[in-house]
Amino acid sequence: MSTTLTCPMTAPPNPVEDLLRTERMPHIWCPGCGIGTTVNCFSRALIDSKIDLQNLSIVSGIGCTGRVAGYVNLDSFHTTHGRAIPFATGLKLASPETTVVVYSGDGDLFAIGGNHLIHAARRNLDLKVICVNNLTYAMTGGQTGPATPLDVITATAPYGTYDPAFNLPALVEAAGAVYVARWTTFHVRQLAKSMSEIFKKKGFCFIEIVSPCPTLYQRRNKMGDGLDAMKYYKECSKTKNGCPTNEVGLTKSGEIIVGKFVDRERPDFTTMMRNYLEHQLGDEYIPAEGPECF
Amino acid sequence: MHADPMGVLTGSHFLDGDHAACEGALAAGARFAAGYPITPSTEVVERFSQRAPKIGATFIQMEDELAASIAILGAAWGGVKAFTVTSGPGFSLMMEHIGYAAMTETPCVFIDVQRGGPSTGLPTLPAQADMMQVKWGSHGDYEIIALCPNSPQECFDLTIKAFNFSEQYRVPVFVMLDEVVGHMTEKVVIPRASDIEIEPRRWTSQDKSSFRLFAPVDGEQVPEMTRVGEGYNVHVTGLTHDERGYPNMTPAMQDKLVKRLISKIRDNADKICLTEQHDIEGADVVVVSYGITSRVAQRAIELARAEGLRVGSLRLLTAWPFPEHIIRPLAAKVKGLVVPELNLGQMVREVERCAAGQCRVAHVGHAGGTVHQPEEILKAIREVAR
Amino acid sequence: MARGAVSIVVERCKACGFCVEFCPTKVLELSSEFNSKGYHPPHVINQEKCSGCDLCGMYCPDFAIHGYRKDKPAAEAITETADAR
Repeated sequence: MSTTLTCPMTAPPNPVEDLLRTERMPHIWCPGCGIGTTVNCFSRALIDSKIDLQNLSIVSGIGCTGRVAGYVNLDSFHTTHGRAIPFATGLKLASPETTVVVYSGDGDLFAIGGNHLIHAARRNLDLKVICVNNLTYAMTGGQTGPATPLDVITATAPYGTYDPAFNLPALVEAAGAVYVARWTTFHVRQLAKSMSEIFKKKGFCFIEIVSPCPTLYQRRNKMGDGLDAMKYYKECSKTKNGCPTNEVGLTKSGEIIVGKFVDRERPDFTTMMRNYLEHQLGDEYIPAEGPECF
Repeated sequence: MHADPMGVLTGSHFLDGDHAACEGALAAGARFAAGYPITPSTEVVERFSQRAPKIGATFIQMEDELAASIAILGAAWGGVKAFTVTSGPGFSLMMEHIGYAAMTETPCVFIDVQRGGPSTGLPTLPAQADMMQVKWGSHGDYEIIALCPNSPQECFDLTIKAFNFSEQYRVPVFVMLDEVVGHMTEKVVIPRASDIEIEPRRWTSQDKSSFRLFAPVDGEQVPEMTRVGEGYNVHVTGLTHDERGYPNMTPAMQDKLVKRLISKIRDNADKICLTEQHDIEGADVVVVSYGITSRVAQRAIELARAEGLRVGSLRLLTAWPFPEHIIRPLAAKVKGLVVPELNLGQMVREVERCAAGQCRVAHVGHAGGTVHQPEEILKAIREVAR
Repeated sequence: MARGAVSIVVERCKACGFCVEFCPTKVLELSSEFNSKGYHPPHVINQEKCSGCDLCGMYCPDFAIHGYRKDKPAAEAITETADAR
């Protein structure tokens, strides 16, 4: 007969505590910001997938989402703006056994880092890219980003944006990614599941997570706070797995199409490199196996 | 520690500086390079791309120099010795990551094969005009080490030294070639692996609970190093950070951290500053030179001495940290210092600063595109000796 | 008897309201107490409705709350976490 708990004082600890640098809590993200929610889902995905955490590294860029690296209790790298992906490339090639997760924001990955993203996807480098899309450059005060929808007030578009946004899933699919999904911070269970899936899939995997920025994006556009954004996601999201990515562009207050859009197979960069060089060089080929001793 | 024979092409070769630098990197244990094509440096990585698959190394051509300069840092934290190669315009693009490498104390090597500038300048012709940029190009206060070979043989030898320094001091180190040294072909002798001393990475064996990635131990100035996958759960950031690597953006932490990053190099200048000195004792004039210009200077000095002038030579193999401790006392003993360089006034400013008016300092500048004529340097020597 | 319960780390809460809104059985509401930062953390108003689904835990951006099943004894619950690691 199992023991029943009656007193919260003997409650089990939060399962994600071990994955956090708890000495740095509370974190810097604003009340109602969705980044912490994504980290929660990520942590739960790490636990549920039973992945070897010692051989998992997280690399982030600069921005609010970039701060994720500092709060997770893993080998973590807070790199330069837009360059998490090339750093992760070097890391992965030098240490092929490491699962490398890139965790960064919309501006970091798609503006300054856009070139690196498309090349990494083209190569199908075995990287797990988690993009928290809060539709703005939040850390610097809410300026227009490459994912900011039309007709949105930002710090650098005080009368509203008039240049179109990237459709992130479409761009990443076109560049060559083998897994492309979008969820919002409302879709916590689906998000955690997607994250678990990408740990098992080799190749360039991308998950966009639409997330609220209450302090800047929501407030400037009189869209309420973080909770209001979450309610909007709940109301206006539609799950369409397999939807053609050219149909999933975002607007200021329209429908948000979520789901797993792309899940395909093609050899990852390291596999292609090794197979090809072995074919060309035969016995002369010596693959780089991992960290050297010297 | 001796070099890994796998990367050592022992023997007598006829190589140009770019190729010799590549062999130096391999001999030093580099097993990762990322690059982007740029004249006159491209041959370094072209050779590496050929050698790498046969010795267990990885080469990747990245989409730009921004990517290349940080891919090598990722590789370093992945546990391998890594380097990149570039020239002027690419070097300018790498500046942010040079600062990041200095701030995060990531061992790495950058080879800059200098060419005429500014901007696109003279892609196929020499200059020595990145000498200040290599030290000051990234924002903020930091120190780096820069070495200047003057021959293909030195391109081999000093690249090994560069890797050794970068491991010893956990700092980015630069090998400053120029287009002439890079593209001149000379005899390069590569010794047996057992005769090549290399510095291994200073892997920590400290306890996981007490290891601090940015805290030197035992009175040292340089922290020990680790890599991913060892269970240390490292955190590396470019933000001003404490000994655990956690962001701590306060004036007190800034003072502590940045001063340590600087003093770990400056305090060891006597060990890092390599020079080659001839006939300094009793000299009236000393020619202070580096890189390809030192070979022209050598001829000018010969001619001057033939005229009876008492001229010595101080060749800087290490340009940064600048050998203040050598120049200051020297300036007190001579009539003048002559500084020829393929730029319109870069290292001469350091010489002037250290001479502090104790002697004359004559600059023999050149906008670049070719090397000096010995007569130009000789003229300055005569002037100063008068 | 409720199947589940929640555990709240009051000092981490920033009163975003996600847990209150998305609890499927409306177990929580923001209290009138406040923590040292001045935020009103949630409190349980409907204990008997808690299923221990941990949706509150998944939503919380501040790691300030999590739900757990009471029929899993504490020791077993902790072991699960350790094994997963």
